[in-house]
Amino acid sequence: MALNKLSSTLLNNSLVFKELKNVASVFSVRNFFNYYPTTSTPAEGPTKKLNMVQAINNALDITLQTDETALLFGEDVAFGGVFRCSLDLQKKYGSERVFNTPLCEQGIVGFGIGVATAGSTAIAEIQFADYIYPAFDQIVNEAAKFRYRSGSQFDCGKLTIRTPCGAVGHGGLYHSQSPESYFAHTPGLKVVVPRGATQAKGLLLSCIRDPDPCIVLEPKVLYRAAVDEVPIDEYLTPIGKAEVLKDGDAVTLIGWGTQVHVLMEVAELAKTKFNVDCEVIDLVSILPWDKDAVCKSVRKTGRALIAHEAPLTGGFGAELASTIQEECFLQLEAPVARVTGFDTPFPYIFEPFYLPDKWRCLQAIRNLLDY
Amino acid sequence: MLPACVRSIGKTSPSNVKALGFLTGAKSSYATEVKFDTKPYRLHKLDQAPASTATLTKDDAIQYYTQMHTIRRMETSAGNLYKEKIIRGFCHLYSGQEAVAVGIKAALRPHDAVITAYRAHGWTHLMGVNHIGVLAELTGRQSGCARGKGGSMHMYCKNFYGGNGIVGAQVPLGVGIALGLKYQGTDGVCVALYGDGAANQGQVFEVYNMAKLWNLPCIFVCENNGYGMGTSAERASANTDYYTRGDYVPGLWVDGMDVLTVREAARYAVDFCASGKGPILLETATYRYSGHSMSDPGTSYRTRDEIQEVRQTRDPITSFKEKITSCNLVSAEELKKIDGQIKSAVDEATKVAKTDAEIGVEELTTDICANNLEPSIRNCSPFNSLPHQRLGPAVNL
Repeated sequence: MALNKLSSTLLNNSLVFKELKNVASVFSVRNFFNYYPTTSTPAEGPTKKLNMVQAINNALDITLQTDETALLFGEDVAFGGVFRCSLDLQKKYGSERVFNTPLCEQGIVGFGIGVATAGSTAIAEIQFADYIYPAFDQIVNEAAKFRYRSGSQFDCGKLTIRTPCGAVGHGGLYHSQSPESYFAHTPGLKVVVPRGATQAKGLLLSCIRDPDPCIVLEPKVLYRAAVDEVPIDEYLTPIGKAEVLKDGDAVTLIGWGTQVHVLMEVAELAKTKFNVDCEVIDLVSILPWDKDAVCKSVRKTGRALIAHEAPLTGGFGAELASTIQEECFLQLEAPVARVTGFDTPFPYIFEPFYLPDKWRCLQAIRNLLDY
Repeated sequence: MLPACVRSIGKTSPSNVKALGFLTGAKSSYATEVKFDTKPYRLHKLDQAPASTATLTKDDAIQYYTQMHTIRRMETSAGNLYKEKIIRGFCHLYSGQEAVAVGIKAALRPHDAVITAYRAHGWTHLMGVNHIGVLAELTGRQSGCARGKGGSMHMYCKNFYGGNGIVGAQVPLGVGIALGLKYQGTDGVCVALYGDGAANQGQVFEVYNMAKLWNLPCIFVCENNGYGMGTSAERASANTDYYTRGDYVPGLWVDGMDVLTVREAARYAVDFCASGKGPILLETATYRYSGHSMSDPGTSYRTRDEIQEVRQTRDPITSFKEKITSCNLVSAEELKKIDGQIKSAVDEATKVAKTDAEIGVEELTTDICANNLEPSIRNCSPFNSLPHQRLGPAVNL
């Protein structure tokens, strides 16, 4: 069986896993991360325990309530969407404001650009990030360049696209992809990835109000797994600002979305195994990304590890690594490490091997320290 | 509320049965061939309708019944395996729509091609993959028809260009396949299937145009099951007469719950395309009993009563069974025996699908490119690199 084969490879080759008698059991655990809730509250006032679905629903609710131009549309959003993020919003705000579209992603985004250009707040849902490619032309050629090409006479900044991304344990080729780097290559867009309920609400509200077209990539595996004490009132999580979640001086670990939680656990493992303190950064925002925060940290630690689910080649980690070597060259103690998905299509039955899990990240830390 | 397509099926009159070639004598004698009226068609830019009667031989009756029942039972088994968490990921069941695939398949010749979307298990079986090939693919095991690498939505075999995961994306491929068949000088046709939801994708309209412009032998089949995921056809489409939506592409509305009506329509369509008249669009009015996928209970946007009503009054298998037994073409005992054989075959395949081994981890890096320019795939293992390898030539080349 494939699991056993890889497990034995791991055992033979790795010194740090000696006490792990049965690595296969680790791989067979369906959740490949443990959720680290956000404990600091970004806003004053009362909080409520919400999962990411509820937090997104709350942000949409606030928007529809306070912005009468706001419209919400996408495939099956009327009954709440496949993940239930828009549950009951049609009941509350009517079918003129919250409505289903036909199954046509290019049409959804093109329509959204028109709605936004005409002055309404347009919130479009693409049911899975894997389905966003039919709309790629509208996003990249139309939305992103509208302001620039019209000499600032027209824009569609009131457009926000929400879409679930990332591994979910069993999604296979077309329900698991992380397309952030495709969009990171497009000036004129903003791209963010929340790591939990608190950020999902704050980032969504920021994106909706931001005067540029934004894409919110929501890691779908977090929808129900991520539960935070979320402020009830509205608040904005700044776009373009990374967040340092854990201070350290040995290695800077950079991730976004679900991977942040993997890295938090890796930092704990590194403390136990190697007795080093890793600094963990949630990049939060892919475009623009927070160069200052990342480089400040790497200058301090001298070592950087970037981890993401998308494949290695052309992944967003490449952009970070390049900038880090440019900005922190003299402080670096080791080459920048990337632990990512493989350069293969997202595999249906091999997902546990494909993901940049905590063991692969830990090994990379070991290599960085030993360099 | 019933969607229009379902309501309209109910209005069609029951077939008159004309038994031919009865053996004389006792009650135990059976017909060898029976003529049935087909359900009414609706035409778009066509002068002549398909045959209004369909002749059914005993052998064909047994074959269609066996095929439809096998698909139903395999889907039931797939649903159970999913609930047991042995099938993971996404899984779309075909139960309720069997007559469409079986009826069309009955009209196809060996050199005709088929491409469909993600509701592909039934088609895969009809096109030549055995029970184990389908069920083991669903469970991700090595005897699956794509070696467990595709799963529910991605199954293939010769002349079957697969299940496709993206709504509507298979339709342009189908038109390309039709061009290929024409270019090769065969009179083969390609059947490109999609649902009422996918009918609204822009790329479908793009290839209606290309198919007509270049006179390609493509049979577009819109399987209208009433719902595109959780949205009813009326709520998603300005024009729910899907057979007319090719505009300049001639179209035919077909009762997709009656296997013989579908077969006659498909024969007509194959003749139409093969004789060089260009593309044709069939809308088959049908119904899916399950939700869109396994994560959709299928009851939040339609009533349980609606599903029950279709099951009781228009089920493609029950109605066909009734038809072929009441005219003495096949006896109830014969069907019972067939039921038993299907059950044991599916049960056996299910057992294999549960217990068969997975492919080795080396196949993680197999077949990414035909000619990989680097010896190993980048980044594959922090410990041992995995070389790129090929399994062998593709089935379509």
